[in-house]
Amino acid sequence: MQRTRRTVISTIAAGLIAGTLAMPISASALTLGFAQVGAESEWRTANTGSIKDAAKAAGITLKFSDAQQKQENQIKAIRSFIAQKVDVIAFAPVVTTGWDTVLAEAKKAKIPVVLTDRSIETKDPSLYVTMIGSDFTEEGRNAAQWLLQNYKGQGDVNIVELQGTVGSAPAIERKKGFEEVIKSEPRFKITRSQTGDFTRAKGKEVMEAFLKTDKNIQVLFAHNDDMAIGAIQAIEAAGIKPGKDIIIVSIDAVKGAFEAMMAGKLNVSVECNPLLGPQLMEIVKDVKAGKQFPKRINTKEGIFPMETAAKEFPSRKY
Amino acid sequence: MKATLLKLTRSHLFWPCVTLVLLCLVNVHFNPGFFNIEIKDGHLYGSVIDILNRAAPLMLIAMGMTLVIATRGIDISVGATVAIAGAVAASLIGGSLVIKEGVQTYVSNTPMPLAFAAALFVALLCGLWNGLLVAGAGMQPIVATLILMVAGRGVAQLITEGQIVTVYYEPFFFIGNGFIFGIPVSLYIVAAVLGVLLLLTQRTALGLFIESVGINPVASRFSGISARALVFWVYAFCSVTAGIAALIITSNVKSADANNAGLLLELDAILAVALGGTSLAGGRFYLIGTLVGALIIQTLTYAIYSLGVPPEINMVVKAIVVFGVCIIQSPALRDLLLKHALRSGGPA
Repeated sequence: MQRTRRTVISTIAAGLIAGTLAMPISASALTLGFAQVGAESEWRTANTGSIKDAAKAAGITLKFSDAQQKQENQIKAIRSFIAQKVDVIAFAPVVTTGWDTVLAEAKKAKIPVVLTDRSIETKDPSLYVTMIGSDFTEEGRNAAQWLLQNYKGQGDVNIVELQGTVGSAPAIERKKGFEEVIKSEPRFKITRSQTGDFTRAKGKEVMEAFLKTDKNIQVLFAHNDDMAIGAIQAIEAAGIKPGKDIIIVSIDAVKGAFEAMMAGKLNVSVECNPLLGPQLMEIVKDVKAGKQFPKRINTKEGIFPMETAAKEFPSRKY
Repeated sequence: MKATLLKLTRSHLFWPCVTLVLLCLVNVHFNPGFFNIEIKDGHLYGSVIDILNRAAPLMLIAMGMTLVIATRGIDISVGATVAIAGAVAASLIGGSLVIKEGVQTYVSNTPMPLAFAAALFVALLCGLWNGLLVAGAGMQPIVATLILMVAGRGVAQLITEGQIVTVYYEPFFFIGNGFIFGIPVSLYIVAAVLGVLLLLTQRTALGLFIESVGINPVASRFSGISARALVFWVYAFCSVTAGIAALIITSNVKSADANNAGLLLELDAILAVALGGTSLAGGRFYLIGTLVGALIIQTLTYAIYSLGVPPEINMVVKAIVVFGVCIIQSPALRDLLLKHALRSGGPA
């Protein structure tokens, strides 16, 4: 007990010393305050990793905050970045609305704001410089298109949907894009839709309930891979074959999804590229240099059906 | 007849059970197969089994919470304890997916019993910390446990290095997904903990001690009960139940998620205790009532999924039902209604 306590104290002390030593070296460099959503999924973890690595590589001092999926935490983090007078603030908004006040504060402090991977709703677009990230609506469309082209069965197709966090941009836009495309084929219908909060546990719990109430499910559309992975566990427990009896379409293309695809349990995952760290650091430098940007910069993304999984897997970074 | 009915409605289990039955009826209405139980792959399969299995972690924690609340305390750190214990278990077992000539095999990093012991030990430490603050330092329970509630997820994040730790080790999946004689393993765990608790609180004086500390700590101390030690160990026990729940939760989804595991579980646990008829002011406690309370919560969640409630208003629906349940269980309101009913129905 005594020894562990001493180790803890010395570790903290060492950390503090290291921290103060590191300060003067990076003082001249750019400082980026980044308010992350949380670590709700493998995708997010890869996203965080990419930003941390890219900042280090670009010589940008990164102040990183994890909001644990709560808007109030993100607002607090942004306020503290403003107080610390960072050079640029970047954040991935948890939800789309409610940012005007805090962004106006940043604008008043003349700190440029870059949004990453999720957009916001605001009447004043001058509140942020640009948004870099994936086009969620397009991902929803891609998922639906793959389904329309590759679904082999006849007759009505009942689709159940596992939505992301209520009110979040990916949930709203993926749903929108998906519905937009399947509307062209009346036999494809979303029969049930419920939120799984982007997590495995909720995805599994909701899918369990769906399977008990509804015996007539042909397709599962999950707004992210983690929910799909949870749902696959529920489908297997019900004695149904995921990927065969129920076609599963999901978005993100994280490692876990590739493992599921190689096992034949997931049919397709539409990529949502989280590795936007390097691109973000370029933008941070350019913003500071006063360059102009379009309001939206899209990342490059692919579609990975089950058949290509084994070939792609070794080269996947997340 | 009227006397027995009145006696029945006076039982602390009556109203929780009525609520549970009502919720089940709602479920049956929207999902006629609600009570169907089939045998699939040699185990029981059906909505009721799902609810029981899903409610197991909540039931465990709520039992620990019942004792804490009976001593006039509260423990809002159980959700964080779940995250910590889950993180410990998952990172120790960890395991990896090795693909050898196209065959997927799983290996574990630490022997599983050791990982379990470590996770439960860490949970116990969390409880000892809470107990120390409440019983030792005399802090207000809600403030004392708030510390761990806030810090705990950070600790869990440190353990998992901010990642979701996926477990690739088949035997670990058993306690959250497995079945013994067709019944989910988690239910045996609940039954075992319940059995031990009932034995301890009803066959020994322990239950009486806990209640007396809750009703009047000073008087119980004067009558020779070491109230502080008792409170201390009650908090320790509550955290251990959270640790056991963490093992079930982590095993069930085969991964530990420091941010989301056990999120807001403390509120559900407190609600389960309250629905079960235990007063938050301490004193008398009802373990079986608490279990019914936990089942009410899970059945309600299940109803929301199968009803097709739009996800945007899930929480509102839940809140309205909980409000209704609390109103039904309020003795003051019930007496008022009863009086009214007797008066209008009296002459006829």
